[in-house]
Amino acid sequence: MHELGIVFYIIRDVKEAAEANQVEHVSGVVMNIGEVSTIVPEYLTDCWRWAADKEPMLKGCELKINLIPAVTRCEDCGNEYETVSYGKTCPRCHGVNTFLLRGNEVEIKEIEVPNI
Amino acid sequence: MDKVRVIEIKKSVFAENEKDADELRKDLKDRGVFLLNLMSSPGSGKTTTLIRTINLLKDKLRIAVMEADIDSDVDAIKIKEATGIQSIQLHTGGMCHLDAEMTRQGLEGLDLTDVDLVVLENVGNLVCPAEFDTGSVCNAMILSVPEGDDKPLKYPLMFSVCDVVVINKTDVLPYFDFDLDKCQEYIHMRNPKARVIPVCAKTGEGIDAFAGWLLEEVNIWKQE
Repeated sequence: MHELGIVFYIIRDVKEAAEANQVEHVSGVVMNIGEVSTIVPEYLTDCWRWAADKEPMLKGCELKINLIPAVTRCEDCGNEYETVSYGKTCPRCHGVNTFLLRGNEVEIKEIEVPNI
Repeated sequence: MDKVRVIEIKKSVFAENEKDADELRKDLKDRGVFLLNLMSSPGSGKTTTLIRTINLLKDKLRIAVMEADIDSDVDAIKIKEATGIQSIQLHTGGMCHLDAEMTRQGLEGLDLTDVDLVVLENVGNLVCPAEFDTGSVCNAMILSVPEGDDKPLKYPLMFSVCDVVVINKTDVLPYFDFDLDKCQEYIHMRNPKARVIPVCAKTGEGIDAFAGWLLEEVNIWKQE
């Protein structure tokens, strides 16, 4: 349940980006969330609604989540496979010399601003 | 014309915390203070292990403790009564972890003039604290025997960020299906560099090994 802490980080970064771009209201925030980042998307959006509405700049601002599938690469045989199905063991050569290629992202992709 | 304009950000939400943590580490280095981030599940024996460790080290190092919990101050009082050292309680206000900024605020509540080592007892939780760099020099965690030897498989991130894994409550090993060798193997699968130290905080067995490791790390940090 660290989603609330993450939401505070998002708010801080979005406000900073908005100020740098001389924007007064942000209508949408698009997040890239990796499948194995330990973020529960529903918790994130629930926490977001509660916290964002307290910020005048983010009132009603929608948090959109772009889920990134997790992919692991095997260093022994070069195979790339779905992390969630097979974990750290390569399904082709059964090696454990593997690393996560993507799926751990918790990043702000972009913000959306109403065109006036 | 489109109704909305898109501004690309492409930034990890942890980036700012990592920057804050690096700054805090640098400040502590300048002041000659070593920060240990101690993590575990609730009830693994963090406070008891800490009291034993402090009592072994307090003649060699000047130590202070920050206890982080969602509520209450029982741990801070317990540490102060059992060791006599400077100890404060931080409340996370419902939050499941501490980050670098909260750690910095906590440190402001301590008098660090004559302190070599600050131990941050993080919120009892095997998930969230692992995600947030607190600005500590080393991370340690305590896994207790009743929790099971498979925890490194279930909570891989926690085990991969720790320099030391203390396995506590070894006195109850005969009553649990806890395989110490298997547990070490699982830990090293996630983190080949982790040092594993079995202890029993209740009897004090093994605490000297943990205290010895900590003393060595503090001395290296102060000399570097």
